[in-house]
Amino acid sequence: MKSAPFDYVLAKSIYEATRYLAEGEGEAAVLAGGQTLMPMLSMRMARPSVLVDINGITDLSGIEENNTAIEIKACTRQTELLNSPIVKYHLPLLAQALTFVGHSQTRNRGTIGGSLAHADPASEIPLVALALDAEICLSHVESSRQIPATEFFLGPMMTVCEPTELLVSVHFPLTKKESRVGTGFHEMSERHGDFALVAAAAKIELDNKGSCIDAAIALGGVDGTPVRVTALEKKLRSNGISDNTLESAMELAIPEILEDLNPVSDQHATADYRKRIAAILALRAINDAITEAKGNIA
Amino acid sequence: MSSHNIRISVNEKTYRSTVDSRITLLDFLRNDLSLTGTHVGCEHGVCGACSILYDGTPVRSCSLLAIQADKRQITTVEGLCNADGSPGVLQKAFCDAHAMQCGYCTPGMLISAHALLEQNSNPSADEIKESIGGNLCRCTGYIQIIEAVQLASQRLRNSR
Repeated sequence: MKSAPFDYVLAKSIYEATRYLAEGEGEAAVLAGGQTLMPMLSMRMARPSVLVDINGITDLSGIEENNTAIEIKACTRQTELLNSPIVKYHLPLLAQALTFVGHSQTRNRGTIGGSLAHADPASEIPLVALALDAEICLSHVESSRQIPATEFFLGPMMTVCEPTELLVSVHFPLTKKESRVGTGFHEMSERHGDFALVAAAAKIELDNKGSCIDAAIALGGVDGTPVRVTALEKKLRSNGISDNTLESAMELAIPEILEDLNPVSDQHATADYRKRIAAILALRAINDAITEAKGNIA
Repeated sequence: MSSHNIRISVNEKTYRSTVDSRITLLDFLRNDLSLTGTHVGCEHGVCGACSILYDGTPVRSCSLLAIQADKRQITTVEGLCNADGSPGVLQKAFCDAHAMQCGYCTPGMLISAHALLEQNSNPSADEIKESIGGNLCRCTGYIQIIEAVQLASQRLRNSR
C-alpha cells in the first residue's frame, strides 16, 4: 500500500500547471485535495509519472458572484463551500449535498474540481452540477473551453477533460430573484459519508399561482454517470403542480424512473433495489423542493 | 522520482529534511521523525487513524504528501500532551471514561475531538458524533468516546 514512484512539481499559476500537464504527455496527474488521487496512488490504481500540485495557485481558489452566475474555482475546499453564505443563499442544493460528501477531515482537503474531475457516478457534486446546469471550464496550455455538465461526464470516472487539460472552475447559472424556487436532496448510503447507493436532486420553479414552470431532476448511482430524468421533468412541467397534484406526480414518477434507469448490481446493492430506492428518493427530493418553493411564494 | 527539501513544524518544533516525492506525511512523521503516535490504518483515507492537524485543520496524513507539509504547522497526537509530557485534559478524559480498548483509533479520535473543542467549548452529542464521523473504531461502539469528549469539554469549561 505504498505508491509507485513519481516526480512532483508545485505549479504556481494556471499557465504553469497546464504547461506541466502538456509536458507530461498524458502521464501527469493533477493533485488537488488528494482525497481520491492519494488513495488511488496508494492502491497503485493510478501510476502517473508526475504529480502537478495545484494547491499553491491562488487563482484556483474562491467563490465569485456576478450578474449571471456563481463561479467556483476548482481548488476551493468542500468545507469552504459548506461555510459559504453565497453557496447557502444561491446554491442551497449544493449546500445540502455537501453534508453527504465524506467527513469533515476529507472535506477540509477535498475540492469541488477534484470531485467533478474524478466523476464517480455515485458522488454528490457531479450530480448537483448536472441538476443545476453548471458549466465546467477547462484550460489547456494554448486554449480553454467551457463544457455544459450534460456533456462533461462520459462514464464511470471518465470525463471529456483531456489528460493535458486542467479543470479550472465551475459556473452555476443564477436563478432570477423573482422566481419561486425550491430544492431537495436525498441520498441512501451504507454509512453516512460513504458514496451513495443512490442519490436524488431536485430543483423546482413555481409561478405565482403555484404551477410548476421548470423542473430539474437528477439521479446518481443509477448509471455510469449522473443522469437527468428528463421525461419526469417534462411531465412535472406540463401537468403543473397544485396542492392536489403532487400525488399524481409521484404516480407518474415511479414507472417513468423504473423504465429508463440502468443501474448495476454489485456487492452493495442489486440493480432492482437501486431502481426502487431511486424512485423513492426522487419523490422525496421533489416533495421537499415543491414544499420549499411554495413557502417562497410571497 | 524527485526528492525535495522541506522545512516543517511539528508540535511547535521545526525540522528540516529531504524527502522523496512519494512519501506520505504519515510515513514521514512515523519513520523520519519517530512520532509513532499517529497510526497507520487503511492508508487510503477511510479509517481516520492517521488524522493530524494541518495548519490547525484536521486532515488525514495518509492522503497528504510529506512535501505538501513544507512550511506548514503540523500537530500530532503527541502535541496534545501537557508541556511535561503528561496526558492533556482530553487524553486524561479518554482514560477516565474508558474510551478505548485496543487503542488503534485513539490518536485519530483525539485529533478530531481536539479540533472540535477548539471551535466549540460545549458540543452536543450530535456535534461530537459529526466530528468523529470520519474515525472508525471497531471496539468501543463509540459511546464511551462521546462521553469522554463531553467529560473533557466539562473539565475544560470548569478550568476557565
